[in-house]
Amino acid sequence: MQKLLLLGDEAIAQGAIDSGLSGVYAYPGTPSTEIMEYIQVSKESKSLNIRAMWSANEKTAMESALGMSYAGKRALVCMKHVGLNVAADAFVNSAITGANGGLVVVAADDPSMHSSQNEQDSRFYAKFSFIPILEPTNQQEAYDMIRYGFDLSEKMRIPVMLRITTRLAHSRSGVIRKEVRHQNELKLPGNLRQFVLLPAIARKQYRELLAKQSELQKLSGESGFNYYQPGTDTKLGIVACGLAFNYLMENFTESPLPYPLLKIGQYPVPDDLVKKIYDDCDEILVMEDGYPIFEEQLKGILNLGKPIHGRLDGTLPRDGELTPNIVAQALGIEFQVGKEIPGFLKNRPPRLCDGCSHNDAFLALNEAILSYGKGRVFSDIGCYTLSALEPLESINSCVDMGASITMAIGAADAGLVPAVAAIGDSTFTHSGITGLLDAVNNNSPITILILDNSTTGMTGGQTSSAYGKVEDICRGVGVKEEHIRIIKPLRKNHEENILIMQEELAYQGVSVIIPRRECIQTLNRRMRQQAKIKSLEII
Amino acid sequence: MKKNIILAGVGGQGILSIAACIGLAAIEEGLFLKQAEVHGMSQRGGAVQSHLRLSSTEIASDLIPEGKADIIISIEPMESLRYLPMLSPDGLIITSINPFVNINNYPDLELILQEIWKQPKYFTLDADAMAKECGSVKAANMIILGAASPYLGLKPQSIENAIRTLFKNKGEEMIELNLKAKNAGLKYVTENS
Repeated sequence: MQKLLLLGDEAIAQGAIDSGLSGVYAYPGTPSTEIMEYIQVSKESKSLNIRAMWSANEKTAMESALGMSYAGKRALVCMKHVGLNVAADAFVNSAITGANGGLVVVAADDPSMHSSQNEQDSRFYAKFSFIPILEPTNQQEAYDMIRYGFDLSEKMRIPVMLRITTRLAHSRSGVIRKEVRHQNELKLPGNLRQFVLLPAIARKQYRELLAKQSELQKLSGESGFNYYQPGTDTKLGIVACGLAFNYLMENFTESPLPYPLLKIGQYPVPDDLVKKIYDDCDEILVMEDGYPIFEEQLKGILNLGKPIHGRLDGTLPRDGELTPNIVAQALGIEFQVGKEIPGFLKNRPPRLCDGCSHNDAFLALNEAILSYGKGRVFSDIGCYTLSALEPLESINSCVDMGASITMAIGAADAGLVPAVAAIGDSTFTHSGITGLLDAVNNNSPITILILDNSTTGMTGGQTSSAYGKVEDICRGVGVKEEHIRIIKPLRKNHEENILIMQEELAYQGVSVIIPRRECIQTLNRRMRQQAKIKSLEII
Repeated sequence: MKKNIILAGVGGQGILSIAACIGLAAIEEGLFLKQAEVHGMSQRGGAVQSHLRLSSTEIASDLIPEGKADIIISIEPMESLRYLPMLSPDGLIITSINPFVNINNYPDLELILQEIWKQPKYFTLDADAMAKECGSVKAANMIILGAASPYLGLKPQSIENAIRTLFKNKGEEMIELNLKAKNAGLKYVTENS
């Protein structure tokens, strides 16, 4: 079959297309964004009429995918790890409704927080929800696991999580394709009450979910994604989950691995495989590219059995992603590192692009709030979070999607008046609208900047659900017309923008200022495309 | 055959195009390949790097172990030094000498170059000037790719094919410009080694 060079994300996307996918639902979030992007530009996907559009947030994405599953078709939903917090209500309950058409939830974790505010491990959510997990070690496995995941989901009538981390999501390698499979026909669930979680029904289905676990464990032992490999040196047994397997094997390219190995790529992990390595070895080292979830289970609180090593006893670092060197160190393998970084080198942190509209908006805000004093700007998640750093140093919070408006409400309630919220257009429709409704109902003395660059900027310029709707939404939610102010953040408008901000800061109620100017990156991209079309016309 | 390559630069400088060319060439030659990239927030004018691994046998880790990189290819002089811990003791640095100054405490360029020249093996190229001579300063990344090309364990033809593939949608003129830049980089290292 055809061999493609694909990112882990793209391997998942291609795997889903080839496995009879009918729809993909997602909100952009590093490192998961490229899955949807790949399906959106895929010609095959278009010809197969696969539904591929961004959702307003991860919860709406998860629910739409569940609806497609209800209707009997295969659905994929993709998000970054913190997106699963947003989708959690739907995700946890989807285990109890169960699936009809195959439903795979991709959760892309970000150990070491390359582009995130935490490094939470999505496997916890799946375990908590009794949802099986697939954890690929490479791009080929990612491709293969998507098809297996749909099959598992349909066979066991349960959603399946595919958990990846940044390193796999954004690493490219060769992937061999399989034959393309047809989509499912529209088919209602056999029991039309399956998705009705009234307590009486939910109790029954929850018991069924619990009863499925032993079968899921058995299937984990048969799939080939988990296996036990004996070794010659039984002083130590190694349990390697997901990408940890690669880092382990990197240290044994010249000589074979002497230790018995339990490689884990599917959960729940079969008890008999765990018992086998535990019985065969004197001590166990657990390697996980994420939280020490399996390690904690194996160890228990008191670790009364054999010594269990890993992140909890300091054999591996407690946080951050694993690397070949970290694994070598844990195994006492000597390695030579290169020279140190010269002391005069300077860090080059990410920054707002030259010509970015956010820069002009924050320059104006910095001056407008001068008389009230610093420390009153609650912000959110997006490119504009970079305004926390030098030289702007404009904002004082970044917690979760949408938290700017609601934190400003609470701070104003406490007496910090005026409080300011600064949120992007896409983040506003993701999770800011309900907060704005609270502010209106509360008549909070807050000023909200909805920084409208007409795109989802930080993840590379995906369509924003807010596009062309921001002021209508504000009106609809109840913000007074005269306190919805649209400004153009440009240097030449600087003085005028300061005055408008000052007027609204002085108002003792909810005001919304919309600094609107297109993201410089999407603008440049659009101009280049237009120039290309023009040059083609001339030819 | 086994090559561990670190690609370095600043977000937006085009290191992913270099990576894509080497990747396409490696695939054409039937090699195994793993290439870890940086996407997302860190791309915004920040330091970016890519781990590129080529091998005739299967590759385990997407990340190159420290001290195991055969070559650092950099489009920016300061960035070439950021990955010294990754470089093997007899590793090679190929870098542009043109600084990308987007921080106000950028170190003295002379200090940076002196440090690079202290390393056992290096090529430092005025990639911007060379690219301009070829027709566009934007082809500086292809100058650097050309300079690195004899050290990648790949056939010259597969690299040329890769450039043709990568730029095929941008027209014949762009292909020729990029090939010219690649050849200029190659010529420089051939004459100066």
